[in-house]
Amino acid sequence: MTIGQVVPAAPSIVKAAWRMWRTRIGALIVLVLVAFALFGRFLAPFGENESLGLPNKANIEGSWLGTGKLGYDVWTRFLYGGRPILVQAVLSTVLALSLGTLVGLVAAYNRRRLDDFLMRAMDVILALPQIILVLVVIAMFGAKAWLVVLAVGLSTVPRIARVVRGAAVAVVERDFVASAEALGESRPRILVSEILPNVIAPLLVEANLRLTYAVGIIGGIGFLGFTSDPGAANWGLMINEHRGVLAAEQPWGTMLPVTAIALLTIATGLIADGVSRAAAGIDRGTAQA
Amino acid sequence: MGVWKFVGRRILLGLVTLWVVSVVVFAATQLLPSDPARAILGRDATEASIKALQEKLGLDRPPVEQYTSWLAGLLTGDPGESFNARVPIGEYIGDRVYNSMFLLVLASVFSIPLSLIIGAYTARKRDRAFDNITSNIMLALASLPEFVVGLFLVLLFATRYWKILPAVTAIGAGGPWEHLDQMILPTATLVLGAVPYIARTARASIIEVNESDYVEMARLKGAPEKTVLWRHAVPNALGPVFQVIALNIAYFAGGVIVVEFLFNYPGIGGALAASVRVRDTPVIQFLAMVLAGVYVLTNMLADLATVFVTPRLRTRLK
Repeated sequence: MTIGQVVPAAPSIVKAAWRMWRTRIGALIVLVLVAFALFGRFLAPFGENESLGLPNKANIEGSWLGTGKLGYDVWTRFLYGGRPILVQAVLSTVLALSLGTLVGLVAAYNRRRLDDFLMRAMDVILALPQIILVLVVIAMFGAKAWLVVLAVGLSTVPRIARVVRGAAVAVVERDFVASAEALGESRPRILVSEILPNVIAPLLVEANLRLTYAVGIIGGIGFLGFTSDPGAANWGLMINEHRGVLAAEQPWGTMLPVTAIALLTIATGLIADGVSRAAAGIDRGTAQA
Repeated sequence: MGVWKFVGRRILLGLVTLWVVSVVVFAATQLLPSDPARAILGRDATEASIKALQEKLGLDRPPVEQYTSWLAGLLTGDPGESFNARVPIGEYIGDRVYNSMFLLVLASVFSIPLSLIIGAYTARKRDRAFDNITSNIMLALASLPEFVVGLFLVLLFATRYWKILPAVTAIGAGGPWEHLDQMILPTATLVLGAVPYIARTARASIIEVNESDYVEMARLKGAPEKTVLWRHAVPNALGPVFQVIALNIAYFAGGVIVVEFLFNYPGIGGALAASVRVRDTPVIQFLAMVLAGVYVLTNMLADLATVFVTPRLRTRLK
């Protein structure tokens, strides 16, 4: 995006993205999975920790897909297990977006020393792979849900800050920022109402991408066996508990949650792609067609 | 600014980053709420024996002193002793470092050329059917977490459909060379995770270079297409490609944790997950530093290589 170009406003990005089939398909899948994850438990035929007797059996009287670990009903555990992953992923992404945007905007607007300091600090956080940071935190305090949210969120901040700073640096140079300064607008006001609206497009793309990765990391942490309540249903943990019987008669304990996580990440990825195509299209002036 | 000054500054920045990472890793793991000495000896231990072990492990010394002796140990190749296994870390981890390196190299050998070929080919056939199909497949693959990709591979090739490959690894004394069939699925998982990133970036940078002024200029002055490609386009596209290769290796440094755990592969990623479970602080500290070190070094090398291969940057720095 070069200086002087007309920057697309947020509503037109969303509209242009919505015109694409990939965005609509992605949104539909996300909607269905979110509904399952949040409300599925009300349709569950059994209790979350209700054992039907024999573990890992495909043909159990009254059970649709059979039983899994400890004789729990696989379908019931699946209906319960989506919520923790989804809620944690969304919360950590929201945390990362708000803090990352703040750091990026402040760095871009202030330049020089503060910019240098903030971005170097971000580089240091980026110097550790995200999953290692999260594991170090879990090693310290245990796999508490809010800690996982905090760790994933904070380790995502530098990635968002970089994108926002990159987009905002060009905006800061523009005339309307100078005129807002001349009019004596306060710093926070300039950041929020002059600069922020002009970095919405890359921010929206980044938000969807980061949500995709957050689902992957939080699902992966569960898969490694680190969840706040080892007895509660969780798609990641569920995969780990049942992959041993994948080859035997009972594949559903693995298949259901793996497929759900796969669909969820592909769907949010599709939305991210739709938004980024819309942003690029508006940039080139082709999306209006 | 001369090229060498840039090189010096970049190396210094890398070292400073590593030092800050070491402080963070040490401080974080040192905040453990549970006392390792107590954890090792169990509930029935006497106060005297706990005190003795605390002294032996150096836990009674002030934190700064603990940090400096830990750092000195790291630098001199003596990272301490595993709390859990009670053997020196070098001994405990040695084979695992080799195994992980083997897996990383094997994955890179496939993923880097494969993604560059896909990137170059899709850039040339831009917006045609092949490009569209691959870009959608790449999009899906890039969204999927490694453990999901790995499990689908296990599902397809090792358990339910074609039972042609082992579902987990069992690397014995012979090391990974002797069990190449077991390496296929872990390697494939990492390759499928990394290729979408590299291929996409390679495609984008080749397109950008292809549409640039200097390539246009070369075409206009009538240079043959081969010269345009190799003299003008490729050298300028190499910089971003180096960056992506570095990102790719960095991606592996995180990805190995879940992939090694999934395939029960005896590497450092699996070891890190296991150490977190038993809170083996020295091993966690050491492995976090090793993986961060790999990450910082590859990024630094990529930055340096980029400056040396990109004609525009080289001249701008002079």
